Amino acid sequence: MRPSAVLALVSASIVAGLPALEAWGTSKSAPQPRAFLARIAPADRIRQALNRLTYGPRPGDVERVGAMGLEKWIEAQLHPESIPENPVMADKLRYLDTLDLSSSQLVRDYPSPQVARQMLSGRISFPTDPEMRILVARMASKDQGRVQDGAAADPNAPQPKTLADLLNPDQVRSLATGTPEERLAAFDALPAIKRDEAIVAMGQGMRRALFAAAPPSLRRKLEMADGPARVVALDLSEAKLLRAIYNERQLAELLDDFWFNHFNVYLDKGADRYLVTGYERDAIRPHVLGKFRDLLEATAKSPAMLFYLDNWQSAGPDVRQGRPQARRGLNENYARELMELHTLGVNGGYTQKDVTEVARCFTGWTIDRPLLGGPFFFDARRHDDGEKLVLGVVIPPGGGVLDGEKVLDILARRPATAHLVSRQLAQRFVADDPPQALVDRMADTFLKTDGDIRQVLETMLHSGEFWSVGAYRSKMKSPLEMAVSAVRAAGGKVDFAFALVNQVARMGQPLYRKMEPTGYSNSSTEWINTAGLVARMNFALQLAGDRLPGVKVDVADNASPGTPGQGIRLGSPDFQKH
Amino acid sequence: MGMHLGDMAMIDRRIFLRNSALAMVGAGTAPLWLERALYASGAPAPRKKILVAVFQRGAADGLNVVVPHGEKAYYRMRPTIAVPRPSAGSPDAAVDLDGFFGLHPSLALLKPLFDRQHLAIVDAVGSPDPTRSHFDAQDYMESGTPGLKATASGWMNRALPGAAGKVSPVRAVAIGATLPRALRGGQSAISLQNLADFQVRDAEAAQQLEQMYASATDPAMQSTGRETFEAVSMLQAIRKQPYSPAGGADYPRCPFGDSLKQIAQLIKAEVGLEMAFADIGGWDHHVNETGPRASQGQLASLLAQFGQALSSFWTDMGDRMADIALVTMSEFGRTARENGNRGTDHGHANCMFAMGGGIKGGKVYGQWPGLEQGQLYEGRDLALTTDFRDVLGEIVVRHLRTPSAAGVFPGHSPKFLGLV
Repeated sequence: MRPSAVLALVSASIVAGLPALEAWGTSKSAPQPRAFLARIAPADRIRQALNRLTYGPRPGDVERVGAMGLEKWIEAQLHPESIPENPVMADKLRYLDTLDLSSSQLVRDYPSPQVARQMLSGRISFPTDPEMRILVARMASKDQGRVQDGAAADPNAPQPKTLADLLNPDQVRSLATGTPEERLAAFDALPAIKRDEAIVAMGQGMRRALFAAAPPSLRRKLEMADGPARVVALDLSEAKLLRAIYNERQLAELLDDFWFNHFNVYLDKGADRYLVTGYERDAIRPHVLGKFRDLLEATAKSPAMLFYLDNWQSAGPDVRQGRPQARRGLNENYARELMELHTLGVNGGYTQKDVTEVARCFTGWTIDRPLLGGPFFFDARRHDDGEKLVLGVVIPPGGGVLDGEKVLDILARRPATAHLVSRQLAQRFVADDPPQALVDRMADTFLKTDGDIRQVLETMLHSGEFWSVGAYRSKMKSPLEMAVSAVRAAGGKVDFAFALVNQVARMGQPLYRKMEPTGYSNSSTEWINTAGLVARMNFALQLAGDRLPGVKVDVADNASPGTPGQGIRLGSPDFQKH
Repeated sequence: MGMHLGDMAMIDRRIFLRNSALAMVGAGTAPLWLERALYASGAPAPRKKILVAVFQRGAADGLNVVVPHGEKAYYRMRPTIAVPRPSAGSPDAAVDLDGFFGLHPSLALLKPLFDRQHLAIVDAVGSPDPTRSHFDAQDYMESGTPGLKATASGWMNRALPGAAGKVSPVRAVAIGATLPRALRGGQSAISLQNLADFQVRDAEAAQQLEQMYASATDPAMQSTGRETFEAVSMLQAIRKQPYSPAGGADYPRCPFGDSLKQIAQLIKAEVGLEMAFADIGGWDHHVNETGPRASQGQLASLLAQFGQALSSFWTDMGDRMADIALVTMSEFGRTARENGNRGTDHGHANCMFAMGGGIKGGKVYGQWPGLEQGQLYEGRDLALTTDFRDVLGEIVVRHLRTPSAAGVFPGHSPKFLGLV
């Protein structure tokens, strides 16, 4: 083994030249490497804190933290409510108006083609907003071929117009040619009453060309015309980037990402398109530094999780629904992932029998009309009210909704859970293969404080391991961390973030779109590969060259002769690590 | 498969030629003829055998993919989601293979391959590890060491013949944004999302970055950087070529169709590909696996993509299939009984497909354990009678001609089924 292997234990497998046979059977549970005992130089401590507890330092951050005092800065990050909100961020988020809406409002105000069809057929009330009425009619007319004859159209539904119906040929031509600014001028020159209809009538290409020059209020209308349902997903991803870049409460932002990933749900699974906004806002964000038990329950009762892991359909064996076709029964999906991924871990000492018993406890935990964005509700008729035995604990019959809550009590307080959560936090914040001694101390705190996440983090941040040579700059940035840290390092000003969102996906981490319940790996070795590297270098060059739509960077910074340009710096191997 | 000394010298010369020629014309501008000349110069090199591995992530429901229509218990346990027995002219019935097994109707395109004995099926196959965790089971199937978490490398990487000198930088390729576990390890392997985008767009910056990665202190970063730049320049020439599949092959427009199409393109470009990996996700059908009819619903539409992609690849490759073995796998099967939501939960044994000119197809291999209560694994799942390493091991030894599978599947002595 080469000597540097101590510093890069996990990446050892990837080192070319390592004989293939040596690679199997070698255990990762090596004795604690010395690197985690050796402290980094005092001068590096601020950088380590900024690397790991923020999305990367901005110009001047090192000095700012130094002036404030590192201890005080960490304390503030652990109490984010003490840090004033960044008005720049608030201003940018203001335009993303789906973020504050309830799921049921989202379904109606940002209808999918299916909902639009139902509106047109009168099964769901038609929106009152005239702009939305035009849009809905347009969406529904697109697949009129599929609308059955029986579904009589709402006589109040407006008929969509083409661009030629609305404008004279000169107006159409001026909208379709020229720079974005020229097109915007042509658009502004239209009579006010025709603009909304023109947006809907123009093609996607024309809308895109207009977008770059458009003010935020017009942008929203342009996005809506592409499909209102897509706006919900777009807002979520853009908000994630904007917060990561601009939020002063950086640790809370990283923890939001960590916990969302720990309790991963997949945005593109059916009803989850409308449920994830509320999931992150109401189930994850309020608890990122709180009690694990509260976070666990918030996710267990969230429509997003109930839908994603199918528990909303799970029912006891004796239940007979009204319709003979609607056969229902037990579904193990949530019960298994709850133990494997959310709490105990795969070797946490549960059996297939426990999975089935836990699934029985959660029967009846469902959603009131998920496709309309309804809330959690306990359906006693679907609940299996018999006695259960979970991990050796008897859950007596007749417990109703309390069965599931008891399961959460049991799971949240098991040592296996404390260890799993502590290990994942240490893997995310300290090192890919964190020292067992550190994980054990964090788990002790977890058990002593009834799963107080802030205190577990305090144990981690007061450990020698966090400030060790073994931890310092040992991790590869995830694509999200890479993109955000590059924008922050370059002092980029973000106007809109969808191009950034696409870049993060290209580098291998589509946001809110990890299909598997595992989420993305906390170990950074997942990100070291050729496809990712090509995407990272191209992103760096595009960003530094000021060619990334929606992000403004100072190109003058590239010019200093004799030193590599900013794009090279951001694409370099050094910048990929933190 | 060892390399002769003469070949080595030739390859070294070619690499030297390549490097100097590329430096001369500047990276990013090497003409097509030059690339071709560099890797196909002199006498035609003997074609290498190629292995394409396909991973169906999420645990495909093998019992509805290869349907045991001769098994009464199958229909008893799946009252609403079973695929009907073969019936001429019915678009919803299983496509009979041998009187007992049949293909899901959405895989009908694969029947001609089976009939021409280019497609073999292994049933009741999988990993002997009892886990029903997607993550662990995929990990074990890719590491090739069920039950052993510490294995650092993947079975495909270990199956790559060790190379003493320079080898093609694109000998092992995964299509996707990350490098799968199966291809990680000591031999260099690359991932790419799509050929057209696999380049650093600014040639001057690319040169500077290449140097920086070459001198990176982090060994993983250094080696991945080297792999990246070598592969990028290797693929320079074919990147911009529009690709037209042969024989009217019509790849489905989906990520998996694109993946197989790009693998086909790489193979035909003769850039030294030996091992390719593609995956297709979305098989975890706990709810509404089947629509109102067997030919509808989630499983049917996914299988339609899967089948069309495999069949297109076969058509596209034509005679070249003689050197190719394509093998499919999924981490585990699903419960023999349907669950309460017209879906299935995590189970045990599954099925695998093996396709290629050297494959002895037209047969369903493996011992059928039965689906009666006493025959099920833990009373709920299809029992396992063949270890997946037996299938892969045979392909590694007999198709790739690796002398022994011992280094590829340590601790396991594969029992060959005779499918190669």
